[in-house]
Amino acid sequence: MVTTAGTTAARIEAEARPRPTDAASLAAWRIAAQVVDPEIPVLTIEDLGVLRSVTVTDDAVAVTLTPTYSGCPAMDAMRDDVLEVLTSAGYENVAVRLVLSPAWTTDWMSEIGKAKLREYGIAAPTGHATARASGPAGPISLKMAVKCPRCSSLNTRELAHFGSTSCKSLYECRDCLEPFDYFKVL
Amino acid sequence: MEADAPAQTPEDIHGHVAVDVTTLDAELIEGASVATADVAEYALWLGDDALVLAQQLGAWISRAPELEEDVALGNVALDLIGHARSLLHYAGTASNRTEDDLAYWRTEPDFRSLHIVEQPNGDFAHTIARQFIVAHYLFELYSRLRASADATLAAIAAKAVKEVDYHRDHSTQWVLRLAQGTDESRRRMITAFSDLWPYVEEIFRDDPLIDRLEGIAVRPSSLLPAFDAAIAPVLAEAELDIPSGFVASGGGRTGKHSEHLAFLLAEMQVLTRAHPGASW
Repeated sequence: MVTTAGTTAARIEAEARPRPTDAASLAAWRIAAQVVDPEIPVLTIEDLGVLRSVTVTDDAVAVTLTPTYSGCPAMDAMRDDVLEVLTSAGYENVAVRLVLSPAWTTDWMSEIGKAKLREYGIAAPTGHATARASGPAGPISLKMAVKCPRCSSLNTRELAHFGSTSCKSLYECRDCLEPFDYFKVL
Repeated sequence: MEADAPAQTPEDIHGHVAVDVTTLDAELIEGASVATADVAEYALWLGDDALVLAQQLGAWISRAPELEEDVALGNVALDLIGHARSLLHYAGTASNRTEDDLAYWRTEPDFRSLHIVEQPNGDFAHTIARQFIVAHYLFELYSRLRASADATLAAIAAKAVKEVDYHRDHSTQWVLRLAQGTDESRRRMITAFSDLWPYVEEIFRDDPLIDRLEGIAVRPSSLLPAFDAAIAPVLAEAELDIPSGFVASGGGRTGKHSEHLAFLLAEMQVLTRAHPGASW
């Protein structure tokens, strides 16, 4: 139903990008939100849903980020870049912390982010993590077809579950014959 | 980085940000509480399993049967390092030790890892059999630990379970492929399961610690039915029998280890011990 889908999308969006309501914090959020993923520089930490909170108090800024994967080595760089961008903007006493809960999901990736990802040559996650979690259990997992980011063919196959970074798997297109990365559903 | 390092130019965008491992450790988890001695011991159990297994898998990089597997096993190891960091950091809050301190400066009897994660990589089939057993166990464990009364353990588990689900899938596909591949690959898969199965019993062994952590820890024996139910259809499809007979002595949870762990630790810890405090 359209209304249900719309409500769900709005709920996920609110969860994915919990922008602060006060003007001072929102201004700092907008600055922190410019930081990009060092591995996928077309995506900002806001597109990813990695930016969790920005709170400006009298003389300090507290930022929380959440890792995409537990061992993601890009987190240290994102953390440093948030410190850098806020410090450069004149903020003092910037503290960046990592939080694990609620656990990050690809459902939080913005539609703009997904479009930028495709443009960059990486297939965006298909379907929802919640669907994956409640899907049929069995030795053979059921997958949605992944569209080639170059030629849009659905005639693609997975070469390997794991790709160049934790968050991606490796695919090849059977029509244009190019390999490509797929940002897998988590 | 030196405290009195000269100021960097703005062009060097990472220049003036000190990447201080100790600072990052302390800030890993927002509002992380201090673990009690028992919770810390339990976090060591799980953290050491993840750390030892990650160290083993890392050894495959550049040696796997194909490039994609170098990448896959490296990625699985990276996820496990992430879990180990969170768990060891939390364990360290009880004794005021950092995750690196626990990883690099404990000796063999102080490790709490299970014997199965200490078993050598062997051939690729042995590594896959070990992954298959451990990933299925960890999936059932973390699925339940999400509901732990301990908020930090619950948060780590909620994150880890999604990653372990991929590890489970990866090893399942390989078990099917090797068991149904050539005569040689099938022979090796059967040998691998028969070599590793003696170490399965220890995974599901209860301990007085678990009694003291009711509602916080997951009782290992309670995971066995779900583990059996999850692996049965895969083994049936692969036409593999569960090996029977010999059960290894175990004892990893109380610091009694197989002969393999000391060699693994020697390699993992040598750099830190040769150059204490070194960083780059």
